[in-house]
Amino acid sequence: MNRPRLYSVLTLSILLSACTSSDDDIVKYGANPTLPEPERGLLPNMTIAEPAPWGDQIPTVPDNFSITAIATNLQIPRQTMVLPNGDILVAEGRGGNASKLKPKDVIAGYIKGQGNTSVKSGNRLTLLRDADRDGTYELQTVFADNLNAPYGLALIENALYVANQDALVRFDYTSGQTRASGAPVTVTKLPSEINHHWTKSLTASADGRYLYVGIGSNSNITERGMEVELDRAMIWQIEAETGAYKPYATGIRNPTALTIQPETDKLWVVVNERDELGPNLVPDYLTAVQEGGFYGWPYSYWGQHVDPRVRPQNPDKVAEAIVPDYALGSHVAALGVDFSTGSMGADFSDGVFVGEHGSWNRPDPAGYRVVFVPFSNGSPAGDPIDFVTGFRDADGKTRGRPVGVTVDPKGALIIADDLSNTIWRVTRNQ
Amino acid sequence: MNTAAHQPYQTPHMAIHPLHSVFLAGILPLFLGALLTDIAYYQTYQIQWSNFASWMIAGGLVFAGLALLCGIIGMFRVNAGGKLYVGLILATWIIGFINALVHAKDVWASMPLGLILSVIVMLLACVATAVRFSHRSTGGVQ
Repeated sequence: MNRPRLYSVLTLSILLSACTSSDDDIVKYGANPTLPEPERGLLPNMTIAEPAPWGDQIPTVPDNFSITAIATNLQIPRQTMVLPNGDILVAEGRGGNASKLKPKDVIAGYIKGQGNTSVKSGNRLTLLRDADRDGTYELQTVFADNLNAPYGLALIENALYVANQDALVRFDYTSGQTRASGAPVTVTKLPSEINHHWTKSLTASADGRYLYVGIGSNSNITERGMEVELDRAMIWQIEAETGAYKPYATGIRNPTALTIQPETDKLWVVVNERDELGPNLVPDYLTAVQEGGFYGWPYSYWGQHVDPRVRPQNPDKVAEAIVPDYALGSHVAALGVDFSTGSMGADFSDGVFVGEHGSWNRPDPAGYRVVFVPFSNGSPAGDPIDFVTGFRDADGKTRGRPVGVTVDPKGALIIADDLSNTIWRVTRNQ
Repeated sequence: MNTAAHQPYQTPHMAIHPLHSVFLAGILPLFLGALLTDIAYYQTYQIQWSNFASWMIAGGLVFAGLALLCGIIGMFRVNAGGKLYVGLILATWIIGFINALVHAKDVWASMPLGLILSVIVMLLACVATAVRFSHRSTGGVQ
């Protein structure tokens, strides 16, 4: 297997950093997380994953569940989709075209690069098929290629939508197809200048009329200038028929995955919040998206907590900022979300699975796991429960980094791992 | 009679080696530029000024580091005083380096400390340069 090897651990720990509050006495999760005072030493906290091969090891799953790698040697798998016939589509690639503006960008870019895969961007969709339903996906074939960093995937009847880093495109799809019949049609261009946060997340409304596209900010906290944040840090609602779009919700720093809640048909999102305010700021969050809502970025976080780094400030926007529903923990880097179904077993039937890629801006790593956030009466209820762990061990060796999570209605969780370039499948033991 | 006047390019008689003077001369415009662009950023919030400042500080550190090296080498030569100069250029480099780290903070997090440090570094660089260029030749002929 072609897996990343030979890396070095790079830990720039705290230099002259202010006293760090202990992790034990803070609330990390839920509706009311502890929000300590912003802090930042002369150097940002950086603890980077040290990639290592899986070898004989596999991720850890709860009792009565099993996990297997159903596809390997992919080219940076990010998001997946289960088609009605059970086939799995995998979007592969890496985007972004952000230039390095300061000496810091050169240095930090190199250090962060140590924790990622060195495989080339696939820019394609791969189809996986398990025709005989034995759990082995014997067919692994390229469904479409020459795409531009594809990420979000959605299916509305016979139309397969793919959110490339620069455009929403559509393929015609018929059940059982293993290769796209031609090049895709562009539905709408998406904001792609710089693309500091390039991932374009995607989901379709329950009635199939609209598509929702998550567009990340063009910076951590406007350090590339306010001008390049036009049409960024927001979710677009796009009419599937015409391609007409409008901002659906704004002030969302990096909406990395979108999903529709069964029964309520509400749009939910996981969001990556800003860095360099300390190890316990700002919590990444899971929230139902309010149409027309403003969620704070860049002026404030978690409602009315003003970010002092932003100039000019905007008290009017701060006043209208909505507090998100549920904190997932700071720096976990939630990149995948999907609602569960009864087929996942009683303990994991009501709630969402969240893929957490893992932190860099924190002395003690956070994330590097897939969690289950239990719901009750349609809202999050209780702390996240570890569902898949073992991606990173105590000495920093990191074997995988989860991204997209997709619930197969037949009773499986599909996880894209963009470090080991693997698709994992978690199933309940019968 | 000053024989140095008759042999202006002979190293033993020179107050500063030409290479050293090039390094030292690079420091002033770079740290001055950093200070001016910091003032511009402070007044306009336009981030590009801060980007300019960051690179000029980095450039200033390179030249200051080389000048410091020359100064240290000079210290070990016969009759070569210059401890004050080495101390000043070392202080310029250290505070300049801290200033570089402060400028690596995103947007307004670099202010106002970044501007204050730029003023201090500029003043130190001025004094260090003036001190070094005012050295009299101490090597030999008087």
